[in-house]
Amino acid sequence: MTTRLDKRFAALKEEGRAAFVTFITGGDPDFDTSFEVLKGLPAAGADVIELGMPFTDPMADGPAIQASSQRALRNGATMKKTLELVRRFRDGDNETPIVLMGYYNPIYHMGVETFLTRACEAGVDGLIVVDLPPEEDDELCEPAMRAGLNFIRLATPTTDDRRLPAVLANTSGFVYYVSITGITGSASPEARNVADAVARIKRHTPLPVAVGFGIKTPAQAADIARTADGAVVGSAIVDAIAKELDSEGRAKPGAAERVLGFVRSLADGVHKARAAAAE
Amino acid sequence: MSLSKPNTLRSGPDERGRFGIFGGRFVAETLMPLVLDLDKAYAAAKADPAFQAEIDFMQRDYVGRPSPLYLAERLTEHFNGAKIYLKRDELNHTGSHKINNCLGQILLARRMGKTRIIAETGAGQHGVATATVCARFGLPCVIYMGATDIERQKPNVFRMKLLGAEVIPVTSGTGTLKDAMNEALRDWVTNVENTYYLIGTVAGPHPYPAMVRDFQSVIGSETKVQMMEREGRLPDSIVACIGGGSNAMGLFHPFLDDTSVKIYGVEAAGKGIETGEHCASLKGGTPGVLHGNRTYLLQDDDGQIKDGHSISAGLDYPGIGPEHAWLHETGRAEYVSATDKEALEAFQLCSKLEGIIPALEPAHALAFVSKIAPTLPKDHLMVMNMCGRGDKDVFSVADYLGVKL
Ligand SMILES: Cc1ncc(COP(=O)(O)O)c(C=O)c1O
Repeated sequence: MTTRLDKRFAALKEEGRAAFVTFITGGDPDFDTSFEVLKGLPAAGADVIELGMPFTDPMADGPAIQASSQRALRNGATMKKTLELVRRFRDGDNETPIVLMGYYNPIYHMGVETFLTRACEAGVDGLIVVDLPPEEDDELCEPAMRAGLNFIRLATPTTDDRRLPAVLANTSGFVYYVSITGITGSASPEARNVADAVARIKRHTPLPVAVGFGIKTPAQAADIARTADGAVVGSAIVDAIAKELDSEGRAKPGAAERVLGFVRSLADGVHKARAAAAE
Repeated sequence: MSLSKPNTLRSGPDERGRFGIFGGRFVAETLMPLVLDLDKAYAAAKADPAFQAEIDFMQRDYVGRPSPLYLAERLTEHFNGAKIYLKRDELNHTGSHKINNCLGQILLARRMGKTRIIAETGAGQHGVATATVCARFGLPCVIYMGATDIERQKPNVFRMKLLGAEVIPVTSGTGTLKDAMNEALRDWVTNVENTYYLIGTVAGPHPYPAMVRDFQSVIGSETKVQMMEREGRLPDSIVACIGGGSNAMGLFHPFLDDTSVKIYGVEAAGKGIETGEHCASLKGGTPGVLHGNRTYLLQDDDGQIKDGHSISAGLDYPGIGPEHAWLHETGRAEYVSATDKEALEAFQLCSKLEGIIPALEPAHALAFVSKIAPTLPKDHLMVMNMCGRGDKDVFSVADYLGVKL
């Protein structure tokens, strides 16, 4: 089965450029602003969208994404509303892949089958669930594959060559390489180490490899885009959203537009990376 | 697994770290290789008699084990029913059962060549016990503690600092035990090379729930021997309070196959389970996945974790060890609860009648004992785990009672 993710990565390969993958938290800071940002991401240069499912206890996330989850939850975000964001997005865009990213408990609580049905109906393409390693594949990964969704796994610097095959076995869509040992938004990766790691993963799989965790500036994004099939930026965008809040925590007028402006600058970095390298 | 006893309840978890559907290894990929390593290292240590000998030696000379099994005559008289024994783990070095587990894990960390120890703490008892063994073995120690808990457990914070630990206040979430655990996990994910995460209760990803239980099982094993010496038979019931469930699991586990022994776990009912302000994960929660395992959790309709409330910081955890979730569903153990108010009453009663100031945590267990002991016959032998002493709580109890110090 060819999914939106497969098509998008194949098209980018044809064009000879890397994917710019953006992360925002669903419902951050509120449903309407979040939808405005989400809707504008493709035009701002996002090739793939990761949409965070807010959770009270995001164990693998740094302060920026923790805060975004809390903002969203405080303003009434729920799993249903996150799926509603996707459904509305799909009304105007049937091409840009959307990957839901988060933790297992809200999915488990809704019920795996109910969640998968609703996610497919809404137009979700893939899932990244941080606390489901391959050892727990029967929980969600296998049912998700049967439902036609891509299950994207994280590979990390601690995933050695012995472990990689198990991590890649049920992965589809793309592989997400976490470039540092640590939480989101912390230290920035060394481009050289990343290139080696990407090459190592590619020896084990034909899937595209996107790299994330710690990419904050257009220059860093461009660096990564030279060696990987995609560069993921999350905390930096979420921080840009945080800067748009007034003293009462509400989004200022024009917030979405300014956030999308920042996204555009990152996208330019990624999209021009290889052209610049070729010159 | 034992072939001679196919029906044992003591053989769990299975190779996936599960007790029935509970437990497991729900962690980020970065941690997965570490968790697998730990599993291997612990299995090897467990099979090595030298490891157990090291623990035994330290338990005796450093912790002061075995802890006495004490017949509480005046409580027994007062309740005028069951004969009440207290397992005196509050007499341990550092004042609670937490040291049993810390000793086992620090010796394991040393075997694994780890050079930095991190831990979470709620009441501060686990933090103090961890800081203590780190001082003893010369390892740097970082303790994550919720900012709210730091405020209500000041003496323990100072104790940890005296012992040389760095105490990091956690303000994320609501600044209590679950947030401290999140923060410790974040540290571990970041410092994978040299760091050992010393979890303080029977929670976390496999092998922690089984390993911590094993290290705490010294409580139940001693109790069994001591009861045989005193009474020539097993107790009729055993009772322990439950935060994450480590002191309870330690008392319960050696008795799981002795079906004549009734097992009671006492959760914190806070202001009353019906008010929603409590920490009774089994009585007031539903199954979910948090901190590496599937278990009963306090959560809302959307699967968001809810904060618990208890007068006792040590019971203030929105989950419970997965083996308890399984014992609850299989019916082998019965889980009950006691409110803040009931625990406060038991706290004072025990102080006045026995000259033992209990920690607020076991005061919950005693509150339950005070309810059922009077209904039981005089030859009913009941053991309650007095898992901690109340020195750390005297200030907050004074506060609750409206006494100015
Ligand atoms: C004295 C005492 N008892 C009980 C507990 C709760 O932990 P657990 O349920 O793991 O025994 C604590 C935790 O801090 C404690 O200090």
